[in-house]
Amino acid sequence: MQRVKHNPLNLALAHLALIIYTIIALFPVLIIIINSFKTRKAIFRDPLALPNSETFSLIGYETVLKQGDYFGYFQNSFIVTVGSLFFILLFGAMAAFALSEYRFKGNTLMGLYLALGIMIPIRLGTVAILQFMVATGLVNTLTALILVYTASGLPIAIFILSEFMRQVSADLKDAGRIDGLSEYRIFFQLVLPLVRPALATVAVFNMIPIWNDLWFPLILANSEETKTLTLGSQVFIGQFVTDWNAVLSGLSMAILPVMILYIIFSKQLIRGITSGAVK
Amino acid sequence: MGSLALKNVCKSFGNVEVLHNINLEAEEGEFMIFVGPSGCGKSTLLRIIAGLEDATSGDVEIAGDRVNHLPPSKRGIAMVFQTYALYPHLTVKKNMSLGLKQAGEDAARIEEQVKKAADMLELGPYLDRRPAELSGGQRQRVAIGRAIVRDPKLFLFDEPLSNLDAALRVNTRIEIADLHRRLGTTIVYVTHDQVEAMTLADRIVVLQDGYVEQIGAPMELYNDPDNMFVAGFIGSPAMNFLDARLLDMPAEVATIGLRPEAISLGSEGPISGKVSHLEHLGADTNVYLHVDGKLLTVRLFGQQDFEVGSTVHLQFAPDAVYRFDKDGKRIR
Repeated sequence: MQRVKHNPLNLALAHLALIIYTIIALFPVLIIIINSFKTRKAIFRDPLALPNSETFSLIGYETVLKQGDYFGYFQNSFIVTVGSLFFILLFGAMAAFALSEYRFKGNTLMGLYLALGIMIPIRLGTVAILQFMVATGLVNTLTALILVYTASGLPIAIFILSEFMRQVSADLKDAGRIDGLSEYRIFFQLVLPLVRPALATVAVFNMIPIWNDLWFPLILANSEETKTLTLGSQVFIGQFVTDWNAVLSGLSMAILPVMILYIIFSKQLIRGITSGAVK
Repeated sequence: MGSLALKNVCKSFGNVEVLHNINLEAEEGEFMIFVGPSGCGKSTLLRIIAGLEDATSGDVEIAGDRVNHLPPSKRGIAMVFQTYALYPHLTVKKNMSLGLKQAGEDAARIEEQVKKAADMLELGPYLDRRPAELSGGQRQRVAIGRAIVRDPKLFLFDEPLSNLDAALRVNTRIEIADLHRRLGTTIVYVTHDQVEAMTLADRIVVLQDGYVEQIGAPMELYNDPDNMFVAGFIGSPAMNFLDARLLDMPAEVATIGLRPEAISLGSEGPISGKVSHLEHLGADTNVYLHVDGKLLTVRLFGQQDFEVGSTVHLQFAPDAVYRFDKDGKRIR
């Protein structure tokens, strides 16, 4: 088959644009990682230089690992992010399935109600949420954070997923019913695998804000045992003195898990897109 | 005792009534086809028989048992869908065996049933493939195989051929007819294509706007339609309808109908028209005429030629004229 010929000039320009964009996007990340391996003086003297034998130092990482319970923070962040994502995807998908699959009175109204949260920032309710958490004794637990993030992530998840679920062939679900599958099995075994790209999209959308959030950990769970990574890293930023080595090292290490999660989800994303295209 | 009976079945969605008092019975082993334009309620009726939709009122009986409150899997039916609806993540074999597995059949019987169906449909080499690795025709055969494996009392087909290309459609049509002969199971089949209905059915149910217009064998419907809708829907090209005043007719006759194949053209006759277009199909020639402000189709056998714009006269036997009153009812 003859492939479409691209004008080499256009191709080069397109690549140039993409390369420039990549550099711009990666530059800050790269600076953080480079400087995390340098001594404090070297960071300020020449922030753009690569670490050499003279300026190379792991002092930042040592500080991070020694001071405070870095792995504990790390674990907290991980539990909160993964837990919230799990519940967002599970409940979001279930609600979306009900909205898209079943005819019942007030279906549209329910859909609107569930999507309303997209327009209202959850931080407006911080005080009430804090009062609620105090009343239920959930302050300074990871459960509090997971609950809040699940609630804030659900509206957009339901909105996106119900659109996708409407596109799943009705015949397929009916075939399952005729074969005697329960509604739960139809949901988990037939529908969920088919909306996997949408699930991945929702996961990526929700993951990064949750991982990076400072607000709710600071308010709801600022005890030493429940600190998340973002909150934990704040100890190195002072009003007068900031331990840049430690901050940069902490940030470098915080990037890793998000990147791993992102790679997992984006693979699903691409697989979903291509399988749809070939069909 | 028929193997399927519908008694006063009504269905409404909210305030919209889509099926009105449907009564019909299918004999054991009968091939029954629901046909009608889109939106006539034929698919809804099939879904009510399958149990995928509840009737608002009325009874559905399968093999003598009232099944109104049984879920689809307990009704002894199998259904083939327009979009095949194969489980994308399962192999052909697992697609076919899932229903039996859910019903708790033992492994040996499942194996035997799948093998029987696969042999019948020549699916043997594909059992371990996934639906995505099959062609459209093969997928449709798997969907049919999945239905056969369940050994149902009643097969339901929901427009099974409309996603296939023309050549494959003819082949699959013949295969389905052959399958019906071999299995001898009752089939209820929904289509909007009257050719499918004519070629496959023992009896056809013509539906329009949620009403049964007529039930009968294909030739009964063709030769003896009850009303203008059935007369116009069955037969291709469709019957021509003309104002009754063109002929000397009793006062109650409002419209007359003439089948395109019942007309020949000559230089004399009661009705004349202008040739507007010709279609040469080899075996037949379709001549389109302007008569009384309407386009009229004449189907002539063999290859014939007329000059476009010339005036010709229609010739037909008096008993080839169908007469309808002002409500479209046939006057016999």
